[in-house]
Amino acid sequence: MTDVTAHGEDAGQSALPAWSLPKDAVDRIALPWQWPERVTRDWALGGSSGKGARVCILDSGVEAGHPLVGDLESAVVISIGENDEVVAEEDTEGDVSGHGTACAGIVRTLAPECSISSVRVLGSTFTGSGAILLGGLKYAVEQGFDVINMSLSTTKKPFASILHELADSAYFKRTVLVASAHNMPVESYPWRFSSVISVGSHEEDDPLAFFANPNPPVEFFGRGVNVEVPWLGGRSLKVSGNSFATPHLSAICALILAKHPELTPFQLKSVLYLTATNVGGGK
Amino acid sequence: MTEKSDLRAAVAAGVGGSEESFRGLLAAIVEVARSIFGAKASSILLLDEETEELVFEAVVGEGEDTLLGTRFPAGKGIAGWVLATQTPLVIEDVQQDPRFAKDVAEDTGYVPSGLMAAPLMHEERALGVLSVLDRPEQSLFSLKEMELLGLFAHQASIAVDLLLKARKANRVLEQSGGDLEVVSRLATVVDALEDSRREAGLRLLHELAAMLGAKGGL
Repeated sequence: MTDVTAHGEDAGQSALPAWSLPKDAVDRIALPWQWPERVTRDWALGGSSGKGARVCILDSGVEAGHPLVGDLESAVVISIGENDEVVAEEDTEGDVSGHGTACAGIVRTLAPECSISSVRVLGSTFTGSGAILLGGLKYAVEQGFDVINMSLSTTKKPFASILHELADSAYFKRTVLVASAHNMPVESYPWRFSSVISVGSHEEDDPLAFFANPNPPVEFFGRGVNVEVPWLGGRSLKVSGNSFATPHLSAICALILAKHPELTPFQLKSVLYLTATNVGGGK
Repeated sequence: MTEKSDLRAAVAAGVGGSEESFRGLLAAIVEVARSIFGAKASSILLLDEETEELVFEAVVGEGEDTLLGTRFPAGKGIAGWVLATQTPLVIEDVQQDPRFAKDVAEDTGYVPSGLMAAPLMHEERALGVLSVLDRPEQSLFSLKEMELLGLFAHQASIAVDLLLKARKANRVLEQSGGDLEVVSRLATVVDALEDSRREAGLRLLHELAAMLGAKGGL
């Protein structure tokens, strides 16, 4: 699909204005593809293996080569330099807790052919972890991943506005930010922002079952209870928590985007809604 | 010159709860958590910001004789992840693999076969982690348990906040080199007086304040 927002990039055409739409430009923003009469789960992701979609796990690192994870496209560890610049270096340590590996394993199971990259924002230092989290997200957005899985959040209000800007910037750059909702009564970010896809847990066993929440800010519920996941040292564990529901939605996003790479985050969220188990798309 | 906040800390140390009473509260919380979940052990880990370590502040059940005061790095492991991300999680069958047993044994000396962990949040800060170890195998985990764990963590975080404030007040008192000791002792004595004597005690303090030049007494 032609990127209708790529104003002026088509040779021989005058630039489309970013802020208004002159009459003579109307034809040029017609959708070059058709929405189906009914958006079904089969249309959305049927037959998709995730091939072509690039998923980033922003977490504690990923154990590369784990039999349930496979090879990684890239793995970096984030730190903050002397001049407050974001430094991304090749991560030779891998996963410092097991959590990132678990998230990558969930994505790999559901979207076996997608590309997985790791951006490690945990483990190098405890103080300053908020700045590293922001730096890692900034780096990931710059890399143009299709999906960024963020099974973590921060409660620090000073970071909220920067996170908000980063989340919006990802949204307009067609990077989908899938963020874990907090399941304790605390204010945290970025899952509360409308430009991200926020995820809580349901108790069903079906990994592809997901529910649209009619009462946001939590927008979707993914499988998050008693999930078997890979952990450090090549082993598997059974885990629960919103942070494991999130990679289920990330994988579903990867499946949809692999089949329909033209979708913007706004359109993708609409597809998720229309194909949610409780909306009818699960049939 | 003594800072106003130092004086307040001295008074707080004099009339507030002692470190022992708050530690008792933490112990009671982990005891109830262990009992409600039918678990073998439960603990509260607090973050030592200076050393970036997690310290066992309350332990009940297996490991209670050996773990109290034990430390391990805050940036790593499952508790480290919970602390850094401020997110609760539940892990089961963690003993399946002997390599994991070794890692944990090195850190804590106690090897659980499953754990639930939730961050202890106070305002924007994660103060530590509440853990419940080895729930009965036959009880399948559900979201209700997660909610309950969150409620316990909330209660524990209030107790932890009080403990930390008491510690801070005592630290200020110690650092004052005895100058503030008298203020603390005075606050303790007046606070403990019976109603009739308390009134007289407060009158005396007002007169003392006036003598020292405080406008309008205390």
